[in-house]
Amino acid sequence: MSGRLDLIGLHRPGLEPVSFSLARGECVAVRGPSGAGKTLLLRAIADLDPNDGEVRLNGQRREAMSAPAWRRKVGYLPAEPGWWAESVGEHFADWAAARPQVQALGLPDEARDWPMSRPSTGERQRLALVRALLVDPLVLLLDEPTAALDRGAATAVEQLIGARVEGGLSVLWVTHDEAQAARVARRFLHMEGGRSWVAA
Amino acid sequence: MTGYIALGYGDLALGSLLILTNVGLSLALQLGVHWRFLVAAVRMVVQLALMGLVLSTLFSLVSPLWTSLAAVAMVAFAGREAAARQDRRLAGLWAYGLGSSSMLMAAALVTVFALTTALRPHPWYDPRYAIPLLGMILGNTMTGVALGLNGLTSGLASRRAAVEARLMLGASRREALAPVVRQSLRNALMPIVNTMSATGVVALPGMMTGQILGGVAPEEAVKYQILILFLIAGGTGIGAVAAVLGGAFRLTDHRHRLRLDRLAK
Repeated sequence: MSGRLDLIGLHRPGLEPVSFSLARGECVAVRGPSGAGKTLLLRAIADLDPNDGEVRLNGQRREAMSAPAWRRKVGYLPAEPGWWAESVGEHFADWAAARPQVQALGLPDEARDWPMSRPSTGERQRLALVRALLVDPLVLLLDEPTAALDRGAATAVEQLIGARVEGGLSVLWVTHDEAQAARVARRFLHMEGGRSWVAA
Repeated sequence: MTGYIALGYGDLALGSLLILTNVGLSLALQLGVHWRFLVAAVRMVVQLALMGLVLSTLFSLVSPLWTSLAAVAMVAFAGREAAARQDRRLAGLWAYGLGSSSMLMAAALVTVFALTTALRPHPWYDPRYAIPLLGMILGNTMTGVALGLNGLTSGLASRRAAVEARLMLGASRREALAPVVRQSLRNALMPIVNTMSATGVVALPGMMTGQILGGVAPEEAVKYQILILFLIAGGTGIGAVAAVLGGAFRLTDHRHRLRLDRLAK
């Protein structure tokens, strides 16, 4: 299962029309200064804010499916993910399925029983990544997924996502880190002042 | 039936000395509330005096038109009060309209239910029964609606990331909002639960006390009070559910997005 994502004139206030395609199993890095509209773009693709223009997945228009179905196929991991329950484990329908990835990202199995007050910002980011991957999306929109991580943990995240990309996952990866952008992607979407352009 | 002791204006003047005592205390202790205290007391006296006039007129007319106009006016004031109690209001007409329409529906339903089943005055809309009943139900429904809506709007604003996290994982708006909706409804229903628990032990309700002072036998007054509390509980539940579900509907859209932009800035 893999997905090709097409944006055709996608726009909203603060975001100039974006036309852009993400191929199956491709990872594109999104770069630009703070306030350039990177988060607005990811939220618009995930259909979390009102937006106009066309978004297609494998040729199928977003509006042809329900919004929850769309978001299960096009996942979005925000820079500061949200948590609704008391403990870490309650956020995962199937911890057994999560365990290998949790451990691959350097977190212990006991993390399941942690109260949500315990994990650090970086640990939360990694847990949220696992949570998003478990839905098995075709496209994943990542907003600074390693911003709060040390070098080792960031490498583990890059490897985990890299393996999924090889398996066909398409990724739009927002990062401030130029070295990281060069490691994970071959194409770049530059953004500034709400406008965007593609560069190789 | 024992006699009813009518109050003269002199009796009220004597009672008002207690207000003056409070004003004096505020001045002596520099609380800075003496002026507001006086204004509130004067407002209360003027409002109640006008209400007395309005009620005697309504009672003598027994007109369905004037009775329903009075009822609508009461709901309109309650709607304004409920909107004023919100920390974060819905934008536009919704701030006022949602609370008012929920209260109108709940209070009308419960009042008409009581008038056509338990009380059955002739005619059923006799303002002597309809207006006081509506007033009591409306007052409590307003508290429930205000608490429920406030819980919803402030809950969604403070738990936005948690709600959106569920939406992002493919939850429907109903699933994503359920924890906040439940908590708001609990908040809305708690006061009436507490009132029912404490009534008769800690507190003697004003209506019952009034009837007893008016010469009604206590066991009769108690029956009225029990019915009233049932009606209040029903009105609060219906009103709060309508307002909170309506608010949850307004603060999301057909694409299952959280629309906090529909809160007033």
